[in-house]
Amino acid sequence: MANKETYDVVVIGAGPGGLAAAIAAMQNGARDVLIIERDLEPGGILLQCIHNGFGLEIFKQDLPGPSYAQKFIDDAISSGVELLLDTMVLDITPDRRIFTASRKGGIREIKARALVLAMGCRERTRAQVRLPGTRPAGVYTAGTAQRWVNVEGYMPGKKFVILGSGDIGMIMARRLTFEGAKVERVLEVMPFLTGLTRNYVQCLLDYDIELQLQHTVKRIIGNKRVEAIEAVAVDEKWEPIPGSEEIIPCDTLLLSVGLIPENELSRKAGVILDPLTAGPFVDDRFETSVPGVFAAGNVVHVYDLVDWVTQAGFVSGKAAALYAVEQEHKAEKKILICSGENVHHVVPQHVCADSLKGADIKLQLRVKQPVETAVWVEVRKGANLVSRRAERYARPGEMITLRLPVKAYDEVQSADELTVAVVKR
Amino acid sequence: MPENTKVICITCPKGCRLDVTREGDTILKVDNCGCKRGEEYVKAELADPRRMVATTVKVHGGVHPLLPVYTAKPFPKPRIRELLDALSKVELKTPVAMGDVVIKDALGTGIDILASREMKPAAG
Repeated sequence: MANKETYDVVVIGAGPGGLAAAIAAMQNGARDVLIIERDLEPGGILLQCIHNGFGLEIFKQDLPGPSYAQKFIDDAISSGVELLLDTMVLDITPDRRIFTASRKGGIREIKARALVLAMGCRERTRAQVRLPGTRPAGVYTAGTAQRWVNVEGYMPGKKFVILGSGDIGMIMARRLTFEGAKVERVLEVMPFLTGLTRNYVQCLLDYDIELQLQHTVKRIIGNKRVEAIEAVAVDEKWEPIPGSEEIIPCDTLLLSVGLIPENELSRKAGVILDPLTAGPFVDDRFETSVPGVFAAGNVVHVYDLVDWVTQAGFVSGKAAALYAVEQEHKAEKKILICSGENVHHVVPQHVCADSLKGADIKLQLRVKQPVETAVWVEVRKGANLVSRRAERYARPGEMITLRLPVKAYDEVQSADELTVAVVKR
Repeated sequence: MPENTKVICITCPKGCRLDVTREGDTILKVDNCGCKRGEEYVKAELADPRRMVATTVKVHGGVHPLLPVYTAKPFPKPRIRELLDALSKVELKTPVAMGDVVIKDALGTGIDILASREMKPAAG
């Protein structure tokens, strides 16, 4: 349902980021909040993540994905958030007009005083990793298989090879084993596991599923259906090592080769994207380059934990509500946050010094290279150290959180840019 | 004869690779622990390994044909297959509420199997 033409806050996407943003917007003065969701029900990808491990930070409980989602669905509904389901957003404009299509409602235009982008992320596909070979049925992303197996009740195959040691791939290896399939192999092109060690132990080791690091798929074999894949070892530069080829018979290849923030609609709204994250450039309130357009969750950068997506959604939704109610954009000085030594990217890319008057600002980053010894994660203004914290190690798969403390206000507000670096201790 | 086992500690994300020396059920030595929690993990893991188990059961009358369910507590690892077999025979009807007990005291372990979400009757 969506009876009005204009809402204080419209959120696109009813996953954890969008639900949190909508709830926070209602709690912070928005008079009406609408979430537009293309699926039949709210919850997003959590609904297919039936495994446990969600909510340890926010609820101090080990919940399955659907339970985590339901807590926020219930909260959103009880706080008066309106949901427009089974509805696709086709276009959005920089002045926050939203064009939607659905079977029941046809094509509609809805206006937003503030907009929150919460479209989440998308899996990298076969085309994006350029796997050679034939093009038979039986090559799917791990998340697609997860939706079929856990929600819709289809088994996509009997004998699997999984490319990529990301968490979804490993979790699917266990899940498919539970449902009677055989997972022949998990291949990872990197020299290290890209998902969590916990998942390696509980999803692969527990069920004797072999993981081969520095291996990839050289070729997909089969005409109508996958019949086998040819695996190959690779060197440090991902170059295949001749003579290491192995044919692995299977009927299905699952890809767990990374997630990319989904920003097709953001581009239409004129939002500028950071090439490092593939998400919008945002400030510490998750406002994008377009005034009044905010972003929440994996649409900004792909988080490790849903709890962090929720927390980001709260920040974004609150800011959107304040923008909608005040309808004025304060010309504040924004300080650029640069990625220094061994930092792949930092979010937010800008901070408003004034935000530091009230509370610390959270910075989240990923490193480029793993460091298995103790490191400093530091923020510098030129040569001056503004803030730093120690970590026992740093790995690309584990996001690092750092706070700019309130006491750094003077230093930060006089800066044009700050640099974040991860250096050995 | 003392034997050596390798155990990966999953208490925290660091994932230390521990070298365990044991004789029968007695743990003689745990090496390569990044912190003292490693030793406790090894004791529990070798004596009585348990895992949270999540799967689906059939449900009739909802928007989807499957209902996700999970063990209320970590479940004994050697009996997971037996549990999955028991759950594959369960069929429910909507409505189901989140937290509804799908199987009470599964396989006599004292652990309940719970619905991970609600499933309302599908409209129309």
